[in-house]
Amino acid sequence: MSIDGQTTAGPVEPGKAGTPATRRAVIVGGNRIPFARAGGQYAKSSNLDMLTAALDGLIARFGLQDERIGEVAAGAVLKHSRDFNLTREAVLGSALSAETPAYDLQQACATGLETVVGLANKIKLGQIDSAIAGGVDSASDAPIVVSEGLREVILDLNRARTLPQRLQVLSRLRPKDLAPLAPGTAEPRTGLSMGEHQALTTAQWKVSREAQDELAFNSHRNLAAAYEAGFFDDLVTPYRGLSRDGNLRADTSLEKLATLKPVFGKNLGAGATMTAGNSTPLTDGASTVLLASEAWADAHDLPKLAAVVDAEAAAVDFVHGKDGLLMAPVFAVPRLLARHGLTLADIDFFEIHEAFAATVLSTLAAWEDEEFGRTRLGLEGAFGSVDRSRLNVNGSSLAAGHPFAATGGRIAASLAKQLHAKAGADGRPVRGLVSVCAAGGQGVVALLESL
Amino acid sequence: MTDTYAQLVNHGVGRNVARKLGLPQPAVLRRYQPGQPLITGPVLVQGNTAEADNLAAELLSWDLDVRRHAVPREKLGAIILALDEVSHPGDLEKPILSAAASLRDLAPNGRLVTVSRPASEADSPAAAAARQGVDGFLRSLAKELRGGATGNGIVLQEGIKATSPSALAALRFFLSGRSAFVDGQFLTVSGTSGVPARDPDKPLAGRIAVVTGAARGIGAAIARTLHRDGASLILVDIPAAGDQLAAVANEVRGTALQLDISRDDAGQRIIAHAAQRHGRLDIMVHNAGITRDKLLANMDQVRWNSVISINIAAQLRINEALLASEYFRKSPRIVSVASTSGIAGNRGQTNYAASKAGVMGMVRATALLMAGHGGSINAVAPGFIETDMTARIPFAVREIGRRLNSLQQGGQPADVAETIAFLASDAAGGINGEVLRVCGQNMVGA
Repeated sequence: MSIDGQTTAGPVEPGKAGTPATRRAVIVGGNRIPFARAGGQYAKSSNLDMLTAALDGLIARFGLQDERIGEVAAGAVLKHSRDFNLTREAVLGSALSAETPAYDLQQACATGLETVVGLANKIKLGQIDSAIAGGVDSASDAPIVVSEGLREVILDLNRARTLPQRLQVLSRLRPKDLAPLAPGTAEPRTGLSMGEHQALTTAQWKVSREAQDELAFNSHRNLAAAYEAGFFDDLVTPYRGLSRDGNLRADTSLEKLATLKPVFGKNLGAGATMTAGNSTPLTDGASTVLLASEAWADAHDLPKLAAVVDAEAAAVDFVHGKDGLLMAPVFAVPRLLARHGLTLADIDFFEIHEAFAATVLSTLAAWEDEEFGRTRLGLEGAFGSVDRSRLNVNGSSLAAGHPFAATGGRIAASLAKQLHAKAGADGRPVRGLVSVCAAGGQGVVALLESL
Repeated sequence: MTDTYAQLVNHGVGRNVARKLGLPQPAVLRRYQPGQPLITGPVLVQGNTAEADNLAAELLSWDLDVRRHAVPREKLGAIILALDEVSHPGDLEKPILSAAASLRDLAPNGRLVTVSRPASEADSPAAAAARQGVDGFLRSLAKELRGGATGNGIVLQEGIKATSPSALAALRFFLSGRSAFVDGQFLTVSGTSGVPARDPDKPLAGRIAVVTGAARGIGAAIARTLHRDGASLILVDIPAAGDQLAAVANEVRGTALQLDISRDDAGQRIIAHAAQRHGRLDIMVHNAGITRDKLLANMDQVRWNSVISINIAAQLRINEALLASEYFRKSPRIVSVASTSGIAGNRGQTNYAASKAGVMGMVRATALLMAGHGGSINAVAPGFIETDMTARIPFAVREIGRRLNSLQQGGQPADVAETIAFLASDAAGGINGEVLRVCGQNMVGA
């Protein structure tokens, strides 16, 4: 049967229309391009180029050519105004059916994970059967805007009717108005960069330089080992001459990391511990994740790696210093696990986004702190501790890099594959937890379970 | 990649100059396009044997214009020369000289196909002499043909009829534009297990094929040709070539499997992917290969081992996995890419030639195993093919490489692909353990 229209899916559960979700949303797989350091191989690539490349690699991996996917959602943190329809444009430039709808989403560094969560929810509700989540960011091809002064002049000039009016508007222009503005990483309400915010948190939780360097070292070592083992063979597609993440330093050592000078929190003097080695660099890249209902995956003979079980978002009041800027996941994870009657001990793999090594370590310290557990999390004591051998086992952002909106997709696909492999080897269900902090004091965390 | 010289001598002034100076004038070859007629012009079937009559009747049923006797000055699309009953060298004269009278009437891009029996030690000396004589005759005649015409031979093993499915498939292949760059070659038909294609334009419809080294060059051409012929594709290449692989996969609506075939578990990973996506695997095309040229005196361990590991050891290991797999049981086909370097040798390519000769040895020794599963394994040996790899050869050497064959030009990746598609087809099931050269009858290597 050949229909040149758009077929409809049948009712999810006959007779149950309008009832809450009962079906699973599964991760089929993912694809990303290797992440490049800003100003590197992708310096001339736009967000649209990179997102399209990541999509096309996903399509090729799973044979989705001309497929009408239920919905595609992606986003970018650093976004040009011309990219108002970034994801839909990427779909139109890809090998997918042009009849695939798409929307953009933006939630700072949580963008990628939030697209996974949102689309998984739509699948669970039966609104769609398949979806592609994703994210992209270019720190190299960042939007540069004109100053507020110049912008106002241009807009007023457009409204001016007569020559005298135009001359009058132009006379307001000052030389300083002509300087372009690049996007900053400073928080609008505090003026502090993310690194400076984390430096405060790092000092608060007394996270040592050695512990940070060790976490960074493990990230590089784990990522390099995963590449060597072929783990990324079906997760990454090369792009512009790069076949592995450009930031990966397989030969780094604790000694080398120890030689780096602190770059954040320098006003802390000897207490400055955050270096370029234990902080993520500005990065370019894109990632995608293929999600589906079990029926859709089965009908298309596609693998089912893991279910997106649940997710939780949280935010903290960092503006008044109540909590650190990147500490929202500290609150989101206990809420999420409590909802499922789980503790940290029930989690087989943790993926805690390494914005900075100290972010991960501050998070773990807060969970292990008795008083914090009692006074801030409302528990009887400490929330618990994370088995380090289960943490970021295939490397994370310190080694791979962190193109803001692309990180969630990177983690979700890699973790799903890891869970599926472990479950196959152990013959039991395996759980994974994703935690991503974001600007504005936000955080999104998600619970996955192997299939 | 483009053969500028060939373009020059096929048009206007260049054509006249080349003719007057006696320069080589490579013809523009007739290459297969979907919907193209099998052959243009009448087909003359020469030779007074029962098989000649049977073939003539068969060709009539293909709606071809068949002649049993030459009509003077009538342009012929093809001449089929039945030599299957020769028992003494003296028997060659009549059919061959009759055909000779029609050679001038063979149209540009025409075809001459002999049908004969193999010479063996069991034959009488005279019969063996006559049968072996066909070999030298055809190879010489192919060198005399001009204007893109080719001469090839079908060798029928004892007991195999000229109208058996695979003999007819071979004849169809040699007559068609699919064999444009196959010249001066013999193909032996040894079995009857071929099944004629339901749709000659989609001979691989419903078949699941894996192509290694599919990101570019000959591998990408194989992917395109198998797709055109109806196969569903799994394309394999090393992870570092993944972007080009994805582009080819999206073009031919296949899936991209990034995999280093020299990994121990490559065979299992290919089978697992095929099983997951298609429930089985029917055709394995071993195309991936590398060159690491060095004179043997300067050869190091890395150069030697990487070539052996990827070009032959990987194929052996993957075949072992396939032969053991229940997913590879539906008229399975393996086609390997060998090389004329493995036949004739090539200075600076001791490692490469060893690996490619190894492929041919493997193919012959695997034939029986494949037959046990109702399948077949064959190899193609490309000669000079216009690819990115050969484009990097220095100009003078490249020109010599191009012209040193009966068609006076390099082949296209699609020429290799067409031959592979033919050997992978259901109809070619009776061809097993063979090596077919796609070289325009290169002067080296017989």
